[in-house]
Amino acid sequence: MVPVIEVKGLKKYFPTPRGLLHAVDDVTLTIERGKTLGVVGESGCGKSTLGRTIIHLQESTGGQIFLEGKDITHVRGKELREARERMQIIFQDPYSSLDPRQTVDATIREPLVVSKRYKKNEIDDATAALMEYVGIDARLRMSYPHELDGGRRQRVGIARALALNPDFVVCDEPVSALDVSIQAQVLNLLKKLQQDRGLTYMFVTHDMSVVRHISDDICVMYLGQVVEKCPSRELFKNPLHPYTKALLSAIPSVDIHHPNKREILKGEITSPIDPKPGCRFAARCPFATEACHQPQKQEEVSTGHFVRCCRVHELG
Amino acid sequence: MAEAATVVKTARPKKQSEFVRVFKELRKNSTAMLGLCILLVEIILVILAPVIAPYDYTAMDIVAAQQGPSAAHWFGTDELGRDIFSRVLYGGRYSISMGVLAVMISTTVGMTIGAVAGYFGGKVDNILMRLLDVIQSLPAMLLSIVLSAVLGPGYFNTILALSVNGMPASARMLRAQMMKVRGNEYIEAAQSINCSKFRIIVRHMIPNSFSPNIVQATMSIAHMIVMAASLSFIGLGVQPPTPEWGAMLTGARQFIRQCPHMVIFPGLAIAVTVLAVNLMGDGLRDALDPKLKH
Repeated sequence: MVPVIEVKGLKKYFPTPRGLLHAVDDVTLTIERGKTLGVVGESGCGKSTLGRTIIHLQESTGGQIFLEGKDITHVRGKELREARERMQIIFQDPYSSLDPRQTVDATIREPLVVSKRYKKNEIDDATAALMEYVGIDARLRMSYPHELDGGRRQRVGIARALALNPDFVVCDEPVSALDVSIQAQVLNLLKKLQQDRGLTYMFVTHDMSVVRHISDDICVMYLGQVVEKCPSRELFKNPLHPYTKALLSAIPSVDIHHPNKREILKGEITSPIDPKPGCRFAARCPFATEACHQPQKQEEVSTGHFVRCCRVHELG
Repeated sequence: MAEAATVVKTARPKKQSEFVRVFKELRKNSTAMLGLCILLVEIILVILAPVIAPYDYTAMDIVAAQQGPSAAHWFGTDELGRDIFSRVLYGGRYSISMGVLAVMISTTVGMTIGAVAGYFGGKVDNILMRLLDVIQSLPAMLLSIVLSAVLGPGYFNTILALSVNGMPASARMLRAQMMKVRGNEYIEAAQSINCSKFRIIVRHMIPNSFSPNIVQATMSIAHMIVMAASLSFIGLGVQPPTPEWGAMLTGARQFIRQCPHMVIFPGLAIAVTVLAVNLMGDGLRDALDPKLKH
């Protein structure tokens, strides 16, 4: 089966006065239909930029993006619009992702209006159906975003993303701005939508418990690079990259007899501006050697388990 | 899907038009309504000037020159014996329309420039802003004088000269707001659902950025009326005997000690108009913002 999204060697650099900022550097990944790829990493590691670059909200600097086998890296005009319709995004902050001067109705119907394929009454019905589908009360149809709570706002954002029936949805930390009680509701809604519509997700987050709950595969990013990628269970059972290990040890344990031995990383994050060619984690890695300062390759250690670390076999 | 379709056949609640919504909000604001009423009364008076005015505004009566207010001349007479009440009525036609038109032109052009600069940024922004710098680097009065002198005196030329002056301020104001709004995620969302640049600017960015411009526009109506007056004073604006308020004011300046009524009445007319416009502008800004809805 052709994967819905395939990314090969994707790069996104931003020019800054001090040099090139490598936000996404040489990322290769595939996402199969109906699956969820979780992308985790600390703030500023380029996980949001990766999602935005894939769906063409930002232009890529290098590499290739395939949507169902079709190269869409450099599409323009009509083809770009078609590609965008099939890839949507749900934003982190439901307070800035909705136009404060548009009603719920206007926000949800806008994608349908812009596509110019539907008649007015079809759009009216579709908007009502979408609202019901994501669980927004019909009486809120003419409300403005500031009259809704965070969870409802996020539902409006989800309805807008789903209006054009996309195949692939980037969820950019969709629950991190919400209360914990509402997080669960929204996560369950996202899961239900995936089952009903066969959606493919790329789920960007820094919350390890959320990503464990929702993802089939997980990729761990550090300073623009994927350091480890494998099925979700495998990652929590058998993390291989030193950074992944440190990240997992930061999850608090509820078992009083087996408290986590937290690995505290020393040092600051290396600057993403014009980074050195070697492993980007080397400066903070407790196991770093000379070899780590050479360019690293991604290696398939076992089936579906990719690691970017030259000492992975020694460290086990 | 068939039963789903029947379930959702609930009628979409009718959305009231933006205009009706804003007006309803405005009606709750009593000071704004006061401003609006004063303006409406003024406009009606000015339109009906030929019916209301007791005298011809050019008719001179040297014998009755510089008289104070009386039953025959409600606002008194000027140095040539012309009835000031009639002149204020007719003068409103020029002053109000010049102020409003100049502001409308400068705001429309300024906001277009500001929107383009604010959305595209980079080189486009740089070029447009440097052009505005050229306009702003000249003292406003001097620029108006030069423009009026080049275009020649007269009603429309004066409006044009005034508009060029007001343009940079509204362009910069909108540009700054647009740049702030551009960072919001709803702009990215609009891109991802394939909104055109035009739609993003007109439907999402301008509605979220233009309220400071509304207030600024209403405030500058007052400024424009005064500027128009200054131009007529040095003989470049509307030409005598046209009774423009500012011209009347500046003309009467030399008699301020002997006959203060000659200054008071046209001055009062300007002050009341400016106050009314500002009250309405404040109310309009609040009414335009859905977040302030109670």
